[in-house]
Amino acid sequence: METKFIDLLKEILEIEDRDLNLSDEFRHYSEWDSLGYLELIAMMDEEFGVSIENDDFGKLITLEDLINEVKNRMENN
Amino acid sequence: MAYLEFKNVGISGLAAAVPGNIIDNYKFTTYFDAESVKDVVDKIGIKERRFADKDTCASDMCFAAAEKLLTDMNIDRTEIDLLVFVSQTPDYKMPATSIILQHRLNLSKSAIAFDINMGCSGFIYGLSTVYSYMQQHGFRKALLLDGETRSKVYSPKDRNTAFLFGDAGVAALIEKDEKYEESIFSLNSDGSRADLIMIHAGGYRNPSSIETLKEKVIDEHGNMRSDEQAYMNGPDVFNFLIREVPKDVKNTLEYAETDKESIDYFVFHQANDYINSYLAKKLKLDKDKIPMSIEKFGNTSSVSIPLTIATELQDKLDEKKKVLFCGFGVGLSWATAILNFKDCHISELVEI
Repeated sequence: METKFIDLLKEILEIEDRDLNLSDEFRHYSEWDSLGYLELIAMMDEEFGVSIENDDFGKLITLEDLINEVKNRMENN
Repeated sequence: MAYLEFKNVGISGLAAAVPGNIIDNYKFTTYFDAESVKDVVDKIGIKERRFADKDTCASDMCFAAAEKLLTDMNIDRTEIDLLVFVSQTPDYKMPATSIILQHRLNLSKSAIAFDINMGCSGFIYGLSTVYSYMQQHGFRKALLLDGETRSKVYSPKDRNTAFLFGDAGVAALIEKDEKYEESIFSLNSDGSRADLIMIHAGGYRNPSSIETLKEKVIDEHGNMRSDEQAYMNGPDVFNFLIREVPKDVKNTLEYAETDKESIDYFVFHQANDYINSYLAKKLKLDKDKIPMSIEKFGNTSSVSIPLTIATELQDKLDEKKKVLFCGFGVGLSWATAILNFKDCHISELVEI
């Protein structure tokens, strides 16, 4: 799931030139913008059946936080 | 949950009016660089919009559309018993714009006229209200006017909303006839999300002041707006509607004991191309059945559903057609309707 999530995120943000690390603060990617955020919302809904509203999403800082949150929500679905 | 059901009431004619002033979205670069503008415009699929000039109100576009419609259809104005105006950009805070329009359109003084303050779901709310009145004996014809000047609501310096909204007005004539058969409406509200799309100041909660008119930097990206310009939290609205809208469409189809294959056209609120494409994909709908006007007019709030019909389905609603409407947005408020069209007159688009 982790690899799939990272691959999809790279595709959305059009990151081709490097690998992503779990400790990355994803909002600091130069490719991150509001449209990327919309696509991430669609991707989480479509691929993982998960939605995270803004207030909760705002607390997620690193890529690892994000992936763990998606995992948790998938388990609780 | 309650559905509204009506028999033998329908839309017999529709006309739309837009400002002649065309905004080329790729050239909307006063405050942002051309390259990032292109990225945004490509993604949202809004190539052009229409902006009303400073003297033109939503009601003026509705008036032009109504004049065109009543003339084209040769309607006796004394037979219009009801006028409803849907808008969140009225002429004045008081009186209601519909009453001014009753006089401008030379309708009878015995006509009922009132406004409905609703956004993106507003046309469906307006239609359900008009259909309810039309169930009464003695009502002959009704006019549903729906207009917006959203270009005047949002800041051109806020990247979150600067490229989305445009202006338009429509007039729909509603009449009784057995050919319309049954129509079904599902109307929904979630006020816990009122702050996701909001103009914070200028009403009575936070009255207009020098402070509320000041343009401020609102985030780390340098976007700017005043408290009297609209705010929209796009991601959370999107989060919400990809959950609720498909559910409402499915439930309404089920209640109507029909299925998506039996629907000839799905007319969605034109939010932006990305959102609309995602909803269509999620509902597994045939793209040929989804008319879109977003590329030419942008998001015109409540006007976008009838504007899409007027510009994309002209000559396609003569034969009997089953059409599903779905509107969603500010409130948050969302609505779905399934209705029948037959011999619907659609006037040529009016430019003012």
